[in-house]
Amino acid sequence: MNNLAVNIINLEFSYRDQPVKLFSNLNLDIVKGESFGLFGPNGAGKTTLMSIMTGLVKYTGGSVKLLGQEINIKRIAFNKQFGFVPQDFSFYHELSPTENLEFFGAWAGLDSSTIATRVDELLTVLGLTEVRNKQVHKFSGGMKRRVNLAISVIHRPEILFLDEPTVGVDVQTRFAIIDYLKKLNAEGMTLVYTSHQLHEAESLCRKIAMIDEGKIIVHDTLDNLLATHHQEGLEGLFLKLTGKSYRD
Amino acid sequence: MKACFLNLPASRTAIDMFKLYATILKDCRILLRDKVGLTLMFLMPVVLAIVITIVQNSTFEMVNNNKMALLICNRDTGEASRQLTAAIEKVGMFKVTYVAPTENDKEISARMSSKDALVSIIIPQTFSSGLNSKTKSIAARALKDVANTVDTLPSSATDIGPIILYYHPILQASFRQSIQGALRSTLQIVESRQVVKALYSNLNDETIPDTLENEIVNNQVAITEIPVSRDGSRSIPNASQHNIPAWTVFAMFFVVISLGGSVVREKLSGSFLRLKTLPTNYLIALISKQLTYITVTFLQAVVIFSIGILVFPELGLPKLNLPVDIGGLLVVTIICGWCAASYAICVGVISRTQEQANGFGAVSIVLLAAIGGILVPSFAMPASFKLIMQLSPLHWCLEAYYGLFLEGGNLKDVLFNILPLVIITIGIQVITLVALKRKNLI
Repeated sequence: MNNLAVNIINLEFSYRDQPVKLFSNLNLDIVKGESFGLFGPNGAGKTTLMSIMTGLVKYTGGSVKLLGQEINIKRIAFNKQFGFVPQDFSFYHELSPTENLEFFGAWAGLDSSTIATRVDELLTVLGLTEVRNKQVHKFSGGMKRRVNLAISVIHRPEILFLDEPTVGVDVQTRFAIIDYLKKLNAEGMTLVYTSHQLHEAESLCRKIAMIDEGKIIVHDTLDNLLATHHQEGLEGLFLKLTGKSYRD
Repeated sequence: MKACFLNLPASRTAIDMFKLYATILKDCRILLRDKVGLTLMFLMPVVLAIVITIVQNSTFEMVNNNKMALLICNRDTGEASRQLTAAIEKVGMFKVTYVAPTENDKEISARMSSKDALVSIIIPQTFSSGLNSKTKSIAARALKDVANTVDTLPSSATDIGPIILYYHPILQASFRQSIQGALRSTLQIVESRQVVKALYSNLNDETIPDTLENEIVNNQVAITEIPVSRDGSRSIPNASQHNIPAWTVFAMFFVVISLGGSVVREKLSGSFLRLKTLPTNYLIALISKQLTYITVTFLQAVVIFSIGILVFPELGLPKLNLPVDIGGLLVVTIICGWCAASYAICVGVISRTQEQANGFGAVSIVLLAAIGGILVPSFAMPASFKLIMQLSPLHWCLEAYYGLFLEGGNLKDVLFNILPLVIITIGIQVITLVALKRKNLI
């Protein structure tokens, strides 16, 4: 159990205005240091599961542990252990990337000298040095995605949750982001990633789970799943397991 | 700002203070970049204070110093009407213009439509004869037991037609009433003069001497106006003393546009969600916003008061006199600012969109100002409104300021205004926390 980054046991969850449970007896383990992909059609429950794992949504039953810690208990203090890249741009558009990183770094519990060092590192790695003092609202979508990612890793979390981190960006930015994520994973950071960009997921994730209608339908290494289901790529596997009909 | 941020010592024990500092810095940066919000918060109240004070001051001067144009059409040729017009001129409130007695009502209306005057009076042809007849009748009846006047008692007094007062529709009711009051008073003098003359004549068979007539008719007792004050000073409050505190309170609460909007933007941009995933309690963000905007409201007060002291006299307006208890003024200003910031945050938390926050925020402040006595004086409110008025935080802010600025009080004197304000503020804070909890934002 000690090598688990995420350990979900018999998860129960339903939205207040919906009588039907979205998750019932859902179980999922993610090993530390893994690059894990969570996929499913729209409305399958990916974002909700991500929100539960990051403590944004409270579950009604079962157990969700991050690094052995039940997240419904003492969540605030524990938040330093993980980072979250939300699907939406979650920063202050009126501020520059530097100012955003300084603020979120302080909220992540870093001291001022550490913040200064990490801001320089991140802006360099993500190619934002030249625009470090410009207000983010003037940025392109790709630059904003990089700022969104930089803020999430400024405190070097053990686990990084990514909810569609490359949506709406050009090919160059997508490659840059995926390369950076691979680097972080190589350094030991656990990645929990969800996206509809299945080609990029193939290059990033070694282990995947597919979720549909609130249930984990498969959970294995990508290679095993492709072999078992006689598919050549993740897209084919996805369509085979979830079907071709609209879901939203 | 960057150097200021990065040079801070990072002590583990001071980590929460560092987070608060970083949050205040972030809020200040966002605020300083919100040009529209800054304009609304600082320029709007200054313009309002200047405009309203000029308007009120000119109204005050129009009534007290300037003269209101009045047309008189005297269709009577008798002594009483001459006395009446002389008395009207003596009031000092009117700049009298006489029009020919032959002018008809339509011609007089036309003059008023072109705003030659907002008021005109027409003295009927029978005014003097009717008044004369009536006063003689009154005098005869008054003396029937002490003098042998039964033979001279008129069988019936001549009817006096009414004096017609025309007014332009733009003239407010309060003005009309004060004009009518002045006219009634002059009419009373003329009538009294006639009665005294008739009585004297009946008793003495001679005309009353002018000096005696004046002594009898004119007021014998003077009226001296003295404003009450807590500190015993007798300084007369002016339009600035009334308006500047009122519009300062209004301006403080108008931070709802900037602060409420900022909270909504933060929610919509997803920043709230990210903050929730960080190891810091959101209460730090709320404390930061309150401290930042209490400072803003304090600066608003400093700017507006400074303009009242330094700029108003240059504009020909009365100078603002600061209260004697400056410490009390600081405390009242900070508590008013705290309440205003709390209200703005509450509006921002409850609103779903920026349009909602701006619309509801602005309208609610105008309503609270109206029921709180800023737009309409609280003493002029109907009795049924007095309870509702006490629910408006702006009312208590204004009462506390008036206690200091107008009544010459100190902090102790306005404690009973501050206490309800603190209770209302705590109530607003509780509502905010409940709303944040219900919306899963904390």
